Amino acid sequence: MMYRLRRIGCAVAVLLLMPLAASANDELIELQKNSANYALPTLDYANTRYSELDQINAENVGNLQVAWMFSTGVLRGHEGAPLVIGDVMYVHTPFPNNVFALDLKNEGRVLWAYKPKQDPDVIPVMCCDTVNRGVAYADGKIFLHQADTTLVALDAKTGKVVWSVKNGDPKKGETGTNAPQVIKDKVIIGISGGEYGVRGSVSAYDIKDGKLAWRAYSMGPDADTLMDPEKTTHLGQPVGKDSGTATWEGDQWKIGGGTTWGWFAYDPDLNLVYYGTGNPSTWNPVQRPGDNRWSMTIFARDADTGMAKWVYQMTPHDEWDYDGINEMILTDLEIDGKPRKTLVHFDRNGFGYTLDRATGELLVAEKFDPAVNWATHVDMKTGRPQVVAKYSPQQNGEDVNTKGVCPAALGSKDQQPAAYSKKTKLFYVPTNHVCMDYEPFRVSYTAGQAYVGATLSMFPAPKADRLGNFIAWDAAKGKIVWSNPEPFSVWSGALATAGDVVFYGTLEGYLKAVDAKTGKELYRFKTPSGIIGNVMTYEHDGKQYVGVLSGVGGWAGIGLAAGLTGDSEGLGAVGAYKALSNYTQLGGQLTVFALPN
Amino acid sequence: MRVFPETDPEPAPAAGRGRQTVLALLCAAAATLLAPLPIGLAAEDEKPYRIASDGVVDWYTFSGFRRYHADCHVCHGPDGLGSSFGPPLTESMKTMDYGDFAEVVINGRKAVGTAQQSVMPGFGENRNVACFIDDIYAYLKARADGALGRGRPKKEAKPPEATERDNDCLG
Repeated sequence: MMYRLRRIGCAVAVLLLMPLAASANDELIELQKNSANYALPTLDYANTRYSELDQINAENVGNLQVAWMFSTGVLRGHEGAPLVIGDVMYVHTPFPNNVFALDLKNEGRVLWAYKPKQDPDVIPVMCCDTVNRGVAYADGKIFLHQADTTLVALDAKTGKVVWSVKNGDPKKGETGTNAPQVIKDKVIIGISGGEYGVRGSVSAYDIKDGKLAWRAYSMGPDADTLMDPEKTTHLGQPVGKDSGTATWEGDQWKIGGGTTWGWFAYDPDLNLVYYGTGNPSTWNPVQRPGDNRWSMTIFARDADTGMAKWVYQMTPHDEWDYDGINEMILTDLEIDGKPRKTLVHFDRNGFGYTLDRATGELLVAEKFDPAVNWATHVDMKTGRPQVVAKYSPQQNGEDVNTKGVCPAALGSKDQQPAAYSKKTKLFYVPTNHVCMDYEPFRVSYTAGQAYVGATLSMFPAPKADRLGNFIAWDAAKGKIVWSNPEPFSVWSGALATAGDVVFYGTLEGYLKAVDAKTGKELYRFKTPSGIIGNVMTYEHDGKQYVGVLSGVGGWAGIGLAAGLTGDSEGLGAVGAYKALSNYTQLGGQLTVFALPN
Repeated sequence: MRVFPETDPEPAPAAGRGRQTVLALLCAAAATLLAPLPIGLAAEDEKPYRIASDGVVDWYTFSGFRRYHADCHVCHGPDGLGSSFGPPLTESMKTMDYGDFAEVVINGRKAVGTAQQSVMPGFGENRNVACFIDDIYAYLKARADGALGRGRPKKEAKPPEATERDNDCLG
């Protein structure tokens, strides 16, 4: 009898465990293992953007041809990449955030289209164009994070709305631009609006019904930031009570910025989700004394509860708009002869960081663009950058133009994600080579209105004849291995493949393929508009394809018409920086490449 | 609106008039009330900016440059040259007078079509713009007239009344 009961008890326990074991997480892990899919907006949870597909390789990539194209019908900046799950491709657009399901068995015929109705008043509260960085898939649903912060779950087969929930309020300047990431039974999104005094947060919703599971703010009391004063650590030390308000003056943390519009990485073994927070509001540092924690911070949070395990603030008291939102790439590297579970991050501030992703220990912090001059180095004990007084708008004060700061506010690298090849053990990083003058001044806060407080002008780095580089980086040593000059900032996400090819796009509209080992260019094709999307790859019917969205815009689009001024000292090669409009115009297209049959 | 007759080297009387306009904008924030104020004020020989032969601009025009590059350039591009989604004001301002300009800045403007959606917010309640609407107008007119080139202009010292004006208006 006892025996039987125990067996029944066991069976019940197994039954209870079953739904967990067959969670969306497992489904997504399986989908990721099959390289034919492009199942996550980041390709993989580790954010390596490395594909095992090798049909297209360094030998034959020169023969690449356009297989088919698709026009999105929208003419604004196209960031992110489409997904491929089996026979269906899911393509997203900038505002109005249409989604198309394309039948790969039927030459890209539209299976369904979802066209949300959104109040166009959200458009002007998006700081840098109406971009969207893609959709996520899990559990038979496509998750779309709309500009107006609506998170909607669509039936992947029909495009019908399963549920929909509002994450923020555009009237306060809160908008949605980043791609959702599904982790286990939750879909995780951030929020945009750092230039509008939004208080940043990350929210996890149940994929079944859209119920809010947890929300973690970047600043505020511990109950808001989901921090444990004793257990949450910053470089190994407990953060202490209410660390998210302690380094702010008065109530300024309530409009403190630290928005969360980048990518999410996940380590299933540690059950930690990783992301970075953006700049503190306003851009005038004099108006907000203190370290402004936890803006500009790498967060490691428990995926189930949202509780912060560790944090690392890269740029305390930002004075340059060096948003810390760039992706976290999870790899296992050998550091000083020892294997470590690492997190690699190329920050806007120009430092390439390598941390232990289990503990948050800082292992490497080196400049990945030699032009970086605002700090001499990062103190490895305190983790603080050693700021150069000459390049400090805080120290120079309000109404003073601080000149020649490198990098510019758009960073040595912006949100466009880097890739990592398991084979070469190198990181492939799209970078900017741009410097700035920065003048902060007093501003007042009005809800829903821009809260900037600085004027800046940007120009090429000293003695440079270009605005960008595409580099290969050794994150264990903190060294550049090779660097390809680009006339404009590289604003497209990279893709590395087992075929020893690395792909990226350029602002003039080229899709380029380079040798993973040497950087030698192997192929280029000029698409109809500038590329700020991420290159993706998939396999269908045994054939490998490479796809990328064209459609110039985003922050890069701000300079489309203007080009750069000729009066800055760095402008060595006159004429090298004609306006981008001399090379490309607006567009909205997906171009898919393949080898000839 | 502040105007500098081309022959008049002294900008002093302008500040007072500028403040009146700003206050009117802030209090009213309605285009109808604005209309009678400035239209017809600017004669051919009167400009809202003053640029000396050595290229030094009056403080208010410089202030316009600064405020423009904080709140306007993210859509209208550096130096008013336009972006991939905002029109170049160096062109638009050739045909807009102060009344047109103030109306659009305060109330915003929408052009929503199928392929492109262009929306400018109303800045009537945003002191960072409304307090400096005269300055921004002066700067953009100077750009549209071809009187001022690209980049950061050389400026004269900030007059005390400008500091007072800024503090009064920003609150």
